[in-house]
Amino acid sequence: MAKRIDVSGLSAFYGAHKAIDDISMTVEPRSVTAFIGPSGCGKSTFLRTLNRMHEVTPGGRVEGKVLLDDENLYGPGVDPVSVRRTVGMVFQRPNPFPTMSIYENVVAGVRLNGGRLRKAELDAVVEKSLKGANLWKEVKDRLNKPGAGLSGGQQQRLCIARAIAVEPQVLLMDEPCSALDPISTLAIEDLIGELKERFTIVIVTHNMQQAARVSDRTAFFNLAGVGQPGKLVEIDDTERIFSNPSVQATEDYISGRFG
Amino acid sequence: MSGVTMDRPLPAGDAPGPGYTLRQPRLPRWTPAALAAAAAAVGIGIGVGAGLSSHIQWGLIAGLLFVVGMYALAARVEGRRQAKDRLATSLVWVCFLLAVVPLVSLVWETVSRGSKVLDGTFLSHSMAGVLTIQPGGGVYHAIIGTLEQVGIATAIAAPIGLLTAVYLVEYGRGRLAKAVTFFVDVMTGIPSIVAGLFILSFWILMLDFGYSGFAGAMALSILMMPVVVRSTEEMLKLVPNELREASLALGVPKWRTILKVVLPTAIGGIATGVMLSVARIAGESAPVVLLVFGSQVINNDPFDGAQSSLPYYIYEQWAAGNAASYDRAWGAALVLIAFVMILNLVARGIARWKAPKAGR
Repeated sequence: MAKRIDVSGLSAFYGAHKAIDDISMTVEPRSVTAFIGPSGCGKSTFLRTLNRMHEVTPGGRVEGKVLLDDENLYGPGVDPVSVRRTVGMVFQRPNPFPTMSIYENVVAGVRLNGGRLRKAELDAVVEKSLKGANLWKEVKDRLNKPGAGLSGGQQQRLCIARAIAVEPQVLLMDEPCSALDPISTLAIEDLIGELKERFTIVIVTHNMQQAARVSDRTAFFNLAGVGQPGKLVEIDDTERIFSNPSVQATEDYISGRFG
Repeated sequence: MSGVTMDRPLPAGDAPGPGYTLRQPRLPRWTPAALAAAAAAVGIGIGVGAGLSSHIQWGLIAGLLFVVGMYALAARVEGRRQAKDRLATSLVWVCFLLAVVPLVSLVWETVSRGSKVLDGTFLSHSMAGVLTIQPGGGVYHAIIGTLEQVGIATAIAAPIGLLTAVYLVEYGRGRLAKAVTFFVDVMTGIPSIVAGLFILSFWILMLDFGYSGFAGAMALSILMMPVVVRSTEEMLKLVPNELREASLALGVPKWRTILKVVLPTAIGGIATGVMLSVARIAGESAPVVLLVFGSQVINNDPFDGAQSSLPYYIYEQWAAGNAASYDRAWGAALVLIAFVMILNLVARGIARWKAPKAGR
């Protein structure tokens, strides 16, 4: 299921503006990798290049290579649609489809991809995904109610269920807890711990404690100044980044002596 | 009201003294209503006294008195800031009444005159064999004509307009999109008679087809298309980008994202826009006069031969110029207004039914 990601020499642009510059790193399968760094340093942009969502933005352009188990996502003839089926994504703000029920939201990926499953198979997918997202107990009696009627934390877990229902290899999470209260955040962090048994997980977060709690490896991004492209400062085991980082800037950022 | 009251605010930086209170003198709640009644009475009094024949003048005098009186009263009692608030509020009310008066009088006139002839016979019979000076006859042939012409125009314009809007919002970049937007704007400004003349010269004079409901429908679709494009475009822009990204990130192709996520989210607003544009073209008479020609008899085939339509029927009956035909013209006007009204209600129903639900 889970796949290794190998990034080499990756730069991303918005039109003429270079947002991230020459990033190389490896993301291990069945692990959680956290991206930390100040706002505007290109963490989210980099995350979006990993499933080719960056090019959805008008003017978005990428140079460099992203290997997913030796297959280049940006190689010739690669269909971004099939990339996104392999590399799922959860966004900052919960975004369930407002016209669909909880049930329909979970199977949206399967159905919209043209999958023709029988009712029993769909039911199984829904139960498995909602259980996987720790939401099954809360919603099992109201699967036909609109997904937009859930609380923020439940909506975010619904979005995670929707993302894992299509059985991706990698799950990208872009600040999944920034709009949630501490209890919902805890629920999602527990969930991340369970999901890493099956998926490769990359998470962007502004919460250093969260990075320390959930991740195995941490990457620190920084930018030289306003208008400059963001760069990868270092990536290492989370424990090392938070106790004894090899770059001074990382230590400054983590201990709050930033800027 | 107890405590010291202030006519003007304290100077900045002045500490609230012992007599300071947050309460201000307020006019009683019934003041605007009472003043409106008084202003109306005075307006009528002046009108009668000065022998002004136009009731509009009476109303304008009353409105002016109300606005000025409200401002003066509030300025005296409540202070200047409140007075400005009262002035704006009373102006809004007077303008609202000015806007509603013509509408109400139009509906009243149409209903009271039109209901005289409106019955089952009127709705189910044509004018075949009825002399214009005779009472009797009906609008059945005109209703058929309107339904068919508007239906065909919608069948042409709605899909084209919808797809154009999808192109502009979801795909359009660069010069082509700008050109399309520009020409849609130009089309919005085409007078209906010009659209009619275009089809007349192209379809009937150049290609040598005869007068038909279909020719009229083509001209109506030209008028309808830009309205559909504009309203659909606005509705599609309201769909949050996050939903598109959520769908794309699931590995759903863009066309399926548009079809299954974007359009269903916006369908209520799109349906309302289409219905409103239908209502707009249902009342068009110029292209119908030029292209459908008008008829006294029932013609169910929109592709062959002259038809009638409700606006044309009204024009024709009014032109006949006698008591019986005037009654029929008002009856047809009532039917047309009811038709448009029903369409609007249907559109609102669809919008409410299809709107994204947030209930638990």
